[in-house]
Amino acid sequence: MGTPVGEGLVKRLLVFHLPLFFFIVFTLFPFYWMFVTSIKSTHETYNRNVNPYIPVACTTALVEQVRAFHLDGSALMDNCFYHWRHLLRDTLFVQWLKNTLFIAIVSTIVSLFAGITAAYALARLRFRGVDTFGVLIFITYLVPPTLLFIPLSDLIGDMPLLHLNLLNNPWGLIVAYPTFLVPFCTWLLTGYFRSIPKELEEAAMIDGATRIQAMLRIILPLALPGVVSAGIFAFTLSVNEFLYALIFISDAANKTVPVGVVSELIKGDVFYWGELMAGALLGSIPVALIYSFFVEHYVAGITGAVKG
Amino acid sequence: MEEKVQRDAGEEVAHASLPPSVEESAARSPAAIRTVWLPRGAVGLLERQHVLGYLLMLPAAFIIFSFIAYPFGWGVWMSLTNKEVGMPWSRVSFIGLRNYVHLWTTDGVFWNAVRNSFLYTGIATAVKWVLGIWLAVLLNRMVRFKRIVRAAVLLPWIIPTVLSTIAFLWIFDPDFSVINWTLRRVYTWLGWGYVKGPLWLGDPTLALMSVTFVNIWRGTPFYAIAFLAGLQTIGPDLYEAAAIDGASGWQRFWHVTLPGIKPITVVVIVFSIIVTFSDFQIVYVLTRGGPANSTHLFATYAYQIAMVGTRLGLGAAVSLFMFPVLGLVIIYQLVYLRMDQR
Repeated sequence: MGTPVGEGLVKRLLVFHLPLFFFIVFTLFPFYWMFVTSIKSTHETYNRNVNPYIPVACTTALVEQVRAFHLDGSALMDNCFYHWRHLLRDTLFVQWLKNTLFIAIVSTIVSLFAGITAAYALARLRFRGVDTFGVLIFITYLVPPTLLFIPLSDLIGDMPLLHLNLLNNPWGLIVAYPTFLVPFCTWLLTGYFRSIPKELEEAAMIDGATRIQAMLRIILPLALPGVVSAGIFAFTLSVNEFLYALIFISDAANKTVPVGVVSELIKGDVFYWGELMAGALLGSIPVALIYSFFVEHYVAGITGAVKG
Repeated sequence: MEEKVQRDAGEEVAHASLPPSVEESAARSPAAIRTVWLPRGAVGLLERQHVLGYLLMLPAAFIIFSFIAYPFGWGVWMSLTNKEVGMPWSRVSFIGLRNYVHLWTTDGVFWNAVRNSFLYTGIATAVKWVLGIWLAVLLNRMVRFKRIVRAAVLLPWIIPTVLSTIAFLWIFDPDFSVINWTLRRVYTWLGWGYVKGPLWLGDPTLALMSVTFVNIWRGTPFYAIAFLAGLQTIGPDLYEAAAIDGASGWQRFWHVTLPGIKPITVVVIVFSIIVTFSDFQIVYVLTRGGPANSTHLFATYAYQIAMVGTRLGLGAAVSLFMFPVLGLVIIYQLVYLRMDQR
């Protein structure tokens, strides 16, 4: 929608810059709030008479150091990053981060594998039941975890045939996460595979390649952007997952970041606000970074998926 | 078997009606088909579409049947029993529809959760839709700082919901809410006297609105980015034609923009309704269903009954009550996609 010619500066300010400014404030304010709260002292956080928008102690320390032209790391640590240090040193946060990454990476790899093979079959091969499979994948893609969590927790606690109890074990989540990741990856990748011209594959097969060779050497490399974006979304979906992680894991040391932060940094009525906010920010940074690099892929992924 | 593969390959080439020289090379292909790592027979088998098709579907089908379809059936069965946490299956008895009847006839909190789920979904979806289109149009007009603004605006949707909701828990704090602090300052500044500010999570109606607000905050970026992608598929010539015909800005929006993004709108809204209707995290973190069980949704009430109250059968029944609504939405989506493909 191009800017109409002759639109006045005032009107442009009112209908474009101002609303956009409010949207940006609306979306980013909670993040500012997390950061400010995380660098305040507990005393400051619970003082209703100081301006809550400004972290006074931290800013004062910083200004003093700049004026004196002398950087003092330990003073900054005490005045600004007390809660960050406490979070990283004295809580299980680093352990939760490791658990989260491990679970997310393994379940993403598993789901990508199943998703790629299924999507290729759905997009390219003709066999009996292919349409039914497609519809089934789509339905399961739309089934929310909250519909299944009670029977699934029962199942994870006593795996049929294997008689394994995977509750309170990272592998329990690695088993559970593909339930939403596989349909998601398959759906996204089917659209992507369909967008690759069939002729490329056929040409390779005429030149003597088998279908599997054509799939591995021609289609898969071409589909790499789609596979990468499916992998990124699958990874972030598993990092974001909360309900299964909350129900399946009980030991503090086995928790993921979202569950650990919510359940271990809030003790009854006591809220460790500084640590909570630092943990929330630290837990969000990896995902936010990945996305900001791949935002274009992301948009393409959505449109591709919608066309598919 | 090799011969049959050869004939199949030949037929495919004949279908494609290619020059004879290519056909010859295809006829010579069996030697080339054979790969180093597979015996002859296996390669031949894998080249058949139905064999390869089923084989490739196997991992996904296994996961879907064992961890979605089977648990679903298991959940239906559980909802017909009096199963509780730690109760051995030998003592569990089949009680028919008694869980459902109990919820339907005697459980006031359940009906409150039903009402909340519909209100939450209805209000949040409508507001996200309007804000999403607005934001998408604004983003589409941007020339400078496009990438960074788009990434910033997307943040609420991509970072873990629970973690951002913690920030709102503090923003809505009864004693130290920053909103109330600001309200007090503004009131004093305007000379309106002292105001304590509302209890954002302490009053049933207000708590539901606060929870809905956080959902809107989180979901609007998803709508905006999806609509933005839709806007970019509308050709500029359509706008030019409308402008030549003398259409005003609003008319162009109604008659070009909205119809242009209709396909993506349907997909986004259906998806959003499902996710919002079955939401758990925001309510869990902000209110745990309180005050006095007034802000429960289906999912949080099911959790409350099954995981806090240990009554697994009854909890399974609560979450299965979501099924008719979700089923209808999914069927609508399937039918719509079918029509769209034609």
